[in-house]
Amino acid sequence: MGLSLELAQISKAYNGRVILQDCSWTFETGFTHVLMGPNGMGKSTLLRICALLEAPDHGRVNYLGDNRPLAIGLELKRRITLLLPGVGVFNTSVFNNVAYGLKIRGLQRREIEERVGAILEMVGLADKKRQRALELSTGQSKRLGLARAMVLEPEVLFLDEPTASIDQENSEIIERIILEMKEKKRATIIMVTHDPAQARRLGDRLLLIKDGRLWPG
Amino acid sequence: MYTILQGFGSAFRLIIALDPELLKIIWLSLKVSGAALVLAIALGLPLGALLALKRLPLRGLILSLINTGMGLPPVVVGLFVYLLLSRSGPLGFLELLYTPGAMIFAQFILAFPIVTSLSHTAIVNVNPIIRQAAQVLGANPLQEALTVIREARYGIMTGGIAGLGRVTAEVGAVIMVGGNIAGYTRVMTTTIALETDKGNFDLAIALGIILLGLSLLINLAFRAVQRMGRSGSGVVLWD
Repeated sequence: MGLSLELAQISKAYNGRVILQDCSWTFETGFTHVLMGPNGMGKSTLLRICALLEAPDHGRVNYLGDNRPLAIGLELKRRITLLLPGVGVFNTSVFNNVAYGLKIRGLQRREIEERVGAILEMVGLADKKRQRALELSTGQSKRLGLARAMVLEPEVLFLDEPTASIDQENSEIIERIILEMKEKKRATIIMVTHDPAQARRLGDRLLLIKDGRLWPG
Repeated sequence: MYTILQGFGSAFRLIIALDPELLKIIWLSLKVSGAALVLAIALGLPLGALLALKRLPLRGLILSLINTGMGLPPVVVGLFVYLLLSRSGPLGFLELLYTPGAMIFAQFILAFPIVTSLSHTAIVNVNPIIRQAAQVLGANPLQEALTVIREARYGIMTGGIAGLGRVTAEVGAVIMVGGNIAGYTRVMTTTIALETDKGNFDLAIALGIILLGLSLLINLAFRAVQRMGRSGSGVVLWD
């Protein structure tokens, strides 16, 4: 039984403007949940709160392992990860970018090389392993970000518009990787997208966000 | 009558012959300035990082003081260090006055605000998404800070080079606290001042040429680092 996530009456406001209001939801473990809604309605904020990058003003994010609530700390944060919309590529090689999360977890060099090598093959960046990551195109950077997240084998993976602002070819590659991940790993994926067709292709469950509240799609 | 051309001729002969006195002065200058810079980086970089990454109380005031320190007149630093290290001063017991240690101390005070301020600026200008990326990849607070600092490395290197440029060209403070003692505390800048006073231009010009060469090297390094930072090229770290 993997990690499961529940939201309990999450509310968040910025500068007096309410973005999220009493959002409660249970994300079924092992499924891909797609969050949709108009721009500026709090999709990314909700994702950041779920990924423990931001705290809600009210309510709780509950992570459960074996049906027992888990304390929010580094140990839990290392079981989940978020692909940021802007990726945040480090100014070093492609290999080092992908290896980052493994290195800070203190894994052995040999294991790091094996895992990074395999994931770079999967995202089609193996030939760019030694290349400076900042020289990648936007689409390749997104693939790099996805590889950097996936190499950690997270139990919950958050994807904030993983195919936004990239070309069709890169978009298709990313979708294929997400589908492969769904089939192989059974990690819980929670993603934000604007594309209804993509939501249908990738999602098992659809959620809509409107007027600060969550609705089943 | 002594001409400038004669002076340059003799100076080049001294340099080509690797005159032992000349080499000794250059070596001491590099040791003093190098040690001052290492100290300034060792203390200035963590302080700059702390000010950039943490919301410390009085942060604005501390930054204003540091930025003011960047323009400190060397003679004022010399006076201050002299008073601190003089026999009746609070650090008189260290017996550092008129030693290379006093010169390192004075140059450290000159380089420290530059290194701190430029490190702070470099770190504060790192895109916030880098810190968030480190967080979502599971970095603890120390690893997160080190990641941001590593991203600011070119700006930090620029600060170090600027600090080195400041201290190697400095004369006022080191002459006051070092005393310009031959073979012991005589460095390039103080020798130039002294030999010019004595009318011994050969050594002064030779040292002037070397100092200019050093400044040129520092400047070239400064520009190269800035270019690397802008283009995102340069050494790939932590392979």
